[in-house]
Amino acid sequence: MNEVKIGLEVHVQLVNLRTKLFCSCSSDYRGKPPNVNVCPVCTGLPGSMPSLNKKAVEEALKIAILLNAQPYPVSYFFRKSYFYPDLPKNFQITQYDKAGGYPLAHDGSLKLTSGKVVRIERIHLEEDPGRIVYEGSRATARYSLIDYNRSGIALVEIVTAPDMSSAEEARDFVERLTQGLEDIGMNIKEFEGALRVDVNVSYAGGERVEIKNITGASSVEKAVIYEVFRQKTLYEKGIRVERETRAWDEKRRITISSRSKEFEEEYRYMPEPDLPPIVISESLIERIKDEIKGSYEQRYESLLKDGINEELARKISSNRELYRIYELISSEDSSLKDVAASVLANELSYLMKRDSIERLPDDVSGLVKILMNYDRLPDHSTVVEHLRKWIRGEEVVIKTAVPEAEDLKKEIEEIVRENYSRIKDLEYNKKFEYLMGILIRKYGKERKKALVSALAEILSEMK
Amino acid sequence: MNLKGRSFLTILRDVERGSISPDDVNEYYYRNALALNNTINAYITLIKPQQSSSDGPLRGIGIAVKDNISTRGIRTTCASRMLENYVPPYDATAVERLKNNGGSILGKTNMDEFAMGSSGENSAFGPTRNPINTDYVPGGSSSGSAAAVAAEMAPIALGSDTGGSIRAPASFTGTVGFKPSYGAVSRYGLIAYANSLEVIGVISKTVKDAELLFKMIAGRDLRDSTSFNVDLTSRDVGRPRILVLRSFVRMADERVQKVFYDSISKLERAGFIFDYLDEFREIDYVLSSYYTIACAEASTNLSRYDGIRYGPRLDVAGNWRSYIEAARGFFGSEVKARIMMGTFILSAGYYETYYLKALQIRKEIRAEFERIMKGYDAVYIPTMPVLPWKIGEGIRDPKMAYAADVLTVLPNLTGSPAISIPVGKSGEFFVGGQFIGLRGDDMKIISIASEAENALEVVRHE
Ligand SMILES: [Zn+2]
Repeated sequence: MNEVKIGLEVHVQLVNLRTKLFCSCSSDYRGKPPNVNVCPVCTGLPGSMPSLNKKAVEEALKIAILLNAQPYPVSYFFRKSYFYPDLPKNFQITQYDKAGGYPLAHDGSLKLTSGKVVRIERIHLEEDPGRIVYEGSRATARYSLIDYNRSGIALVEIVTAPDMSSAEEARDFVERLTQGLEDIGMNIKEFEGALRVDVNVSYAGGERVEIKNITGASSVEKAVIYEVFRQKTLYEKGIRVERETRAWDEKRRITISSRSKEFEEEYRYMPEPDLPPIVISESLIERIKDEIKGSYEQRYESLLKDGINEELARKISSNRELYRIYELISSEDSSLKDVAASVLANELSYLMKRDSIERLPDDVSGLVKILMNYDRLPDHSTVVEHLRKWIRGEEVVIKTAVPEAEDLKKEIEEIVRENYSRIKDLEYNKKFEYLMGILIRKYGKERKKALVSALAEILSEMK
Repeated sequence: MNLKGRSFLTILRDVERGSISPDDVNEYYYRNALALNNTINAYITLIKPQQSSSDGPLRGIGIAVKDNISTRGIRTTCASRMLENYVPPYDATAVERLKNNGGSILGKTNMDEFAMGSSGENSAFGPTRNPINTDYVPGGSSSGSAAAVAAEMAPIALGSDTGGSIRAPASFTGTVGFKPSYGAVSRYGLIAYANSLEVIGVISKTVKDAELLFKMIAGRDLRDSTSFNVDLTSRDVGRPRILVLRSFVRMADERVQKVFYDSISKLERAGFIFDYLDEFREIDYVLSSYYTIACAEASTNLSRYDGIRYGPRLDVAGNWRSYIEAARGFFGSEVKARIMMGTFILSAGYYETYYLKALQIRKEIRAEFERIMKGYDAVYIPTMPVLPWKIGEGIRDPKMAYAADVLTVLPNLTGSPAISIPVGKSGEFFVGGQFIGLRGDDMKIISIASEAENALEVVRHE
């Protein structure tokens, strides 16, 4: 039985929060000068106390629901003690599933591309430590510099069962997870290091080796390939694999021993006395479920059901915001859904990427105007220009040759005459409806009133 | 200007009337503090008062603040070498609220290092001495706050109480020490010793003085999730119904018991109604559960003092681990002992045996306390089981020093408000008695203690 068992511990930064987990410092630390986003709480100054950012619980719940995990109604924060220079209090506030503690959620799952299901054991909230920075290389630097900008940023840790059996599966898990997180609006792809993975690998029932702090799905794959190779080689030589922690060296593409068992830390977990328990009500879960409105799969399925083709459906369902807008439009005017799907998947998604737009306006009347006049807009760049105006909240004015009242009447008379042979035997109401359909397509919904009165006048004159 | 024996309340009243100025008040206490600090050692840092320009109710009058309560721009040492040069960049919420009421800081008071101790001797800045007889301890850990108030070196003081740290020194110095309900005063900025037990409170000459300052610092603070809005409306109890826990009283020595029972007779004459309870089921576990919880929390709270950001610079060969090992030597021996006990208690295999069990016992003690309080307004027991001992005696017998906490830790375990007032004298020293109530009944306890203070007339204040 030379099977490979792989389990992952994935740390996801809640980059959407804007503030840290236990204080109101900005969580935007990338590219900032060192130690600017800090306060007594996140630098662990004597006397400071954490107070929980409630939004963090909601964001973490989104992840729990995405991964089909069960939230505990009450869960606790614990202190995990270990000395390390990047940890300002020399304990990390995290959650713990033993010693009378409960994590935020438990027993979830994630489906791999192959259809195989990976079990999620638990999901919990914790704070990120600071960062140690070396001038030049670690070996030659004269000082270790500590930057606390990252200290206290909200992390969600996702712990899987050792259900993966190959490097490809590990990579696929990380990719599927990343996609899922993007789907629920977590926005982690844009942020370097927002998703970090610890990988546990054991070969042929041997000891479990942990590789810490790997960024990115392809690095996870490479690290596992190397580690399986290393353990397999030892196994075949009859050498026992030691239980240890290793680090992934991205440059040399090998794992290096960083802490052997004899130095294994004792974390001395204890409940955090300064924080009350996290209480999660059924109504909160319902609200969060409502907010993330199902998964990618659910969105994709419902677009197909609407008759949208697979390619457009894929594009729209991979972006929650586009899907939200699609739903708004199709509930406003279901006749627009085909043109909406096309514009959303093409011009609008192009514009969102180009101008890095995350959120679209709730008022879609400008967009409706664009969609109704879509056929009369000369090219894609004009469509994009109008979309940009709508997003900025400017009035969308589509200049087509709009006739004055008298001219309008003449034009309508012309249209009525052209179609007269097809409608002459219809009763008045049907006649009216048919002609209105043509007119609205031509002049736009917003002129409906003028069109109705003009048409009524013409039809009554014709009687 | 002589303000000897004057209560804070009457001083404020005279300032309000204009018969004395806030600057005179500050000058009086500052001069006394300067003159006496060499002998009493009540202050670690004394601050020369600025001319007062405040319109707030405290009118710029300086208040003594225990040196484990953060003060912006004023070093806050916890009486430890580890923090001897630490200057907080922020004010504790309690200090901020005093300042918002027009208060200023007269100085930072000496204490047992990191609030660990009951005598005031465990300070890196030397022991505080009892103003009544300077060969004796003033009690701790808020030793400097109590000694300063007793010796006219401060009009009133803030302290903190984890297991009796306000009430013990109040009892030994003949002052009033009020420990509010857990959470009634924000702990934000109080340098943590044992988070789930402690609270900031007041040491003063009279109960009314304590009430005045307490009302200014009390109330919910968003930066302390364990804080709440305690009821601050005055409570007239009428004839208070008081329960005496005989099993606790029995632990006090004969001199203390005698003064204590004498005070009961006087209070009965003043209309107090007393009942007696012989057994308190969990009494044997009160002290051990207290020390288990306190040491466990302390061991993690004090982890951050690793010498990298706090403490004097060291020249140590090796990596950061060797540096931390060397820097931890800046702690005094009592602190080291409690960190080691806490570390042991939280280590694998002992966590369930000790820590979880202590939490369970605390729950049972709370339930038992609530049960016996039914039908009563307060519990009444002595504050300290002994009279002040000579400086150095407790250190020779640490078990005796721990046992001195046996009467004070109960309210910390139950989260109760408790107030110690002088209830009589034994020789040159005072004996303190404490009234303990249900959590949230702070104003009721204050009202009872104020009545008792008037009835007993142990110390006369103008
Ligand atoms: Zn902060």
